[in-house]
Amino acid sequence: MTMANNTAAQTEMPVFYLKEEHHPETGTMLGFWIYLMSDSLIFGILFATYAVIGQNYAAGPAPTDLFDLELVAINTSMLLFSSITYGFAMLQMEKGSIAGTQLWLAITGLFGAAFVGLELYEFHELWSLGATPMRSGFLSAFYTLVATHGLHVTFGIIWLVTLMIQVAKHGLIPANKRRLMCLSMFWHFLDVIWIGVFSVVYLLGVLG
Amino acid sequence: MFSNPDLLHFIFGRLSLDSLPFHEPILVVTFAAVVLGGIAVLGGITYFRLWGYLWKEWITSIDHKKIGIMYIILALIMLLRGFSDAIMMRAQQAMAFGGSEGFLPPDHYDQIFTAHGVIMIFFVAMPLVTGLMNFVVPLQIGARDVAFPFLNNFSFWMTTSGAVLIMVSLFVGEFAKTGWLAYPPLSDIVYSPGVGVDYYIWALQIAGVGTLLSGVNLVVTIVKMRAPGMSMMKMPVFTWTALCTNVLIVAAFPVLTAVLVLLGLDRYADTNFFTNDLGGNAMMYINLIWIWGHPEVYILILPAFGVFSEVVSTFSRKRLFGYSSMVYATVVITILSYIVWLHHFFTMGSGASVNAFFGIATMIISIPTGAKIFNWMFTMYKGRISFDVPMLWTIGFMLTFVIGGMTGVMLAVPPADFVLHNSLFLIAHFHNVIIGGVVFGMFAGIVYWFPKAFGFKLDPFWGKMSFWLWLVGFYFAFMPLYVLGLMGITRRMSQFDDPSLQIWFVIAAFGALLIAGGIGSFILSIVVAVIKRDKLRDETGDPWGDGRTLEWSTSSPPPAYNFAFTPVVHDLDAWADMKKRGYVRPTEGFLDIHMPKNTGAGFILAALSLVLGFALVWHIWWLVIASFIALVVGAIAHTFNYDRDYHIPASEVVETEDERTALLAKQQA
Repeated sequence: MTMANNTAAQTEMPVFYLKEEHHPETGTMLGFWIYLMSDSLIFGILFATYAVIGQNYAAGPAPTDLFDLELVAINTSMLLFSSITYGFAMLQMEKGSIAGTQLWLAITGLFGAAFVGLELYEFHELWSLGATPMRSGFLSAFYTLVATHGLHVTFGIIWLVTLMIQVAKHGLIPANKRRLMCLSMFWHFLDVIWIGVFSVVYLLGVLG
Repeated sequence: MFSNPDLLHFIFGRLSLDSLPFHEPILVVTFAAVVLGGIAVLGGITYFRLWGYLWKEWITSIDHKKIGIMYIILALIMLLRGFSDAIMMRAQQAMAFGGSEGFLPPDHYDQIFTAHGVIMIFFVAMPLVTGLMNFVVPLQIGARDVAFPFLNNFSFWMTTSGAVLIMVSLFVGEFAKTGWLAYPPLSDIVYSPGVGVDYYIWALQIAGVGTLLSGVNLVVTIVKMRAPGMSMMKMPVFTWTALCTNVLIVAAFPVLTAVLVLLGLDRYADTNFFTNDLGGNAMMYINLIWIWGHPEVYILILPAFGVFSEVVSTFSRKRLFGYSSMVYATVVITILSYIVWLHHFFTMGSGASVNAFFGIATMIISIPTGAKIFNWMFTMYKGRISFDVPMLWTIGFMLTFVIGGMTGVMLAVPPADFVLHNSLFLIAHFHNVIIGGVVFGMFAGIVYWFPKAFGFKLDPFWGKMSFWLWLVGFYFAFMPLYVLGLMGITRRMSQFDDPSLQIWFVIAAFGALLIAGGIGSFILSIVVAVIKRDKLRDETGDPWGDGRTLEWSTSSPPPAYNFAFTPVVHDLDAWADMKKRGYVRPTEGFLDIHMPKNTGAGFILAALSLVLGFALVWHIWWLVIASFIALVVGAIAHTFNYDRDYHIPASEVVETEDERTALLAKQQA
């Protein structure tokens, strides 16, 4: 193939430039994906930190004294439901229904808010038991990991509200669809991280 | 009302008049000089009515070429600061013997060596590398700009904000006294209660956002925006090294972000990640920061390898020897750079098998690196070499870097490292590879691509002066440190007892003076070139006569749109191939060109981040909240701007290209 090209090139002039405008495909999805990978490294470090100092209780409370699995199970289901409803929003977007997209986005936002609310409630309960981040290495690592995830969800909600306003203003134009796709990746990514948190921190903490 | 201490504390946090270092005469004089210089510059800009021009053409510019140039200007300015720190340390160590305390109190000396390291790595080497990649990569792959032009502008201003915050620490408060990686427990609030470590944390966090985003940006640019026909194995080697470096940035900088957050929490929220009590573990910090830190040194050196590859083939008038082995070597180094971090602290005591693993992994890196050296030498073999300034830097690098590489392999042997750990031998080693590799490489790159950026070459006489002073100065400054290190002298000492050591420090100080001459000559080579620019002018776009890659196919400086028509690539050395096969430059059929619009959002958001960082350092909580809200609102407001691009009309393209046609015709006549 290359051989043929080379011989052809010697006899006739190859094409050295495009006569029409060149439009490379947009890199937003790839770029956002790479950003998510870098974000997952931050979580990776927080998980590693939890693995290293997560059993340094410093004569303070341990996971079995603190974690309420039922509460966490409800919390987890809020986040998982929100991922499903975000999926429904994307289906509506594909159909081109602005109202449908907005409705499911709103429901997603509410589930997300419920998740953050329950997490804050959990923190409040722990705090009142004297289990503060200052108490031990374990609690420092626990609060940091869980709250970093919670902060991500909070920013996701702010982003979601922003996008709802933008969809209301401009409709489902390509720019908005691209943004909804990015938030979709972000939202599902947070779900995946939470499954890690739920398994490593809560389940292993209470069972192990 | 203002006598109320609570109110004052609310308004200013920890900041008070005592925070200004009036007791340090060196700082007062420096401050006066900076203020006078600043007034002169600002006055000059106002007098010549340049504010509008600066704002429209540079500050808000999303043109990758201008952003690249601004990165390099930032780096050169910060080089002067970092180097003043260096020369103060050399002077101090050369005189503080036999009871003399030198001219720097230990408290100040500790800040200087910390600032020197932090500034040289984060605000000199990084902006040099990022700036060069920003300028060159889109041109080399035949693209109009990077994938996310706004983010590029934002990244630059975030890096600059970090640099400004670190400069503020010179005059308001203090800088960290912990060494450039701020190891706990020394950097914990108990042992470093001042603002120094907080300046360190927030300067790096702000700049780190910029670095990470520019890493994402360039990876996507290289993956998605290459000209048609440019497969991965037809990419210029510099673009390959840029790709690997940016992959490393994306995969390493989040680790730094995370570990500095944890250190910050220990300092601000009283948590116990790295404390001595309540379950903290300081060694975890040292592991984590080197998991970032080791890839970081490859982030710096890989683009320098790329520069040398371009330079050596251009000035040997030959295709690069062993292109694919060069690419594989780069990728192998990229991967290996992740599994060697522990060699920075063999003395931690992790046991023989762990140390053996990391020691062997470290030694293995010398294989792909050695392969590269051989490739460069074989490229030169039977080439028609011309000894222009970039080539001098390259040859100087090849000799110097081999020595640094070999002392690196010595340090990779754990038993030897137990003797040499934290000694001046180590200092000599990493300056040997960073100066001999990164700095030489960046100078080679700047001299090589300067005519592309500005349309005239740098002055060759002062360029050669700069090279020889740097080269000789380097050997004078650092060979004595190898000797001292082998004698067991440790790093970071501000005074010495044994008078027999003094001569080595005096030689090293002499070397630093030569390097000062090298930096001065480099600045002169720019100044003289600007004065003599008509003589040094490049009107062809291919000033070295034998450019091989696409950036040499367009004019110098390139138009805003880089290429009137997107090039189609058939060969690894695309431009050499085009010249050989009789490419005829198109002179008609121009179309409107779609381009991104300038925006001030990046500058404003970065300025708000700077305010936020300053408020966090000084515990001015109301300002923290206010600037944080402003930052979030500003970022959201920016997303409501959908009007982000425009078209350069074909008529304007015709005008620009006709000018070039006339210039080229004049050349041929």
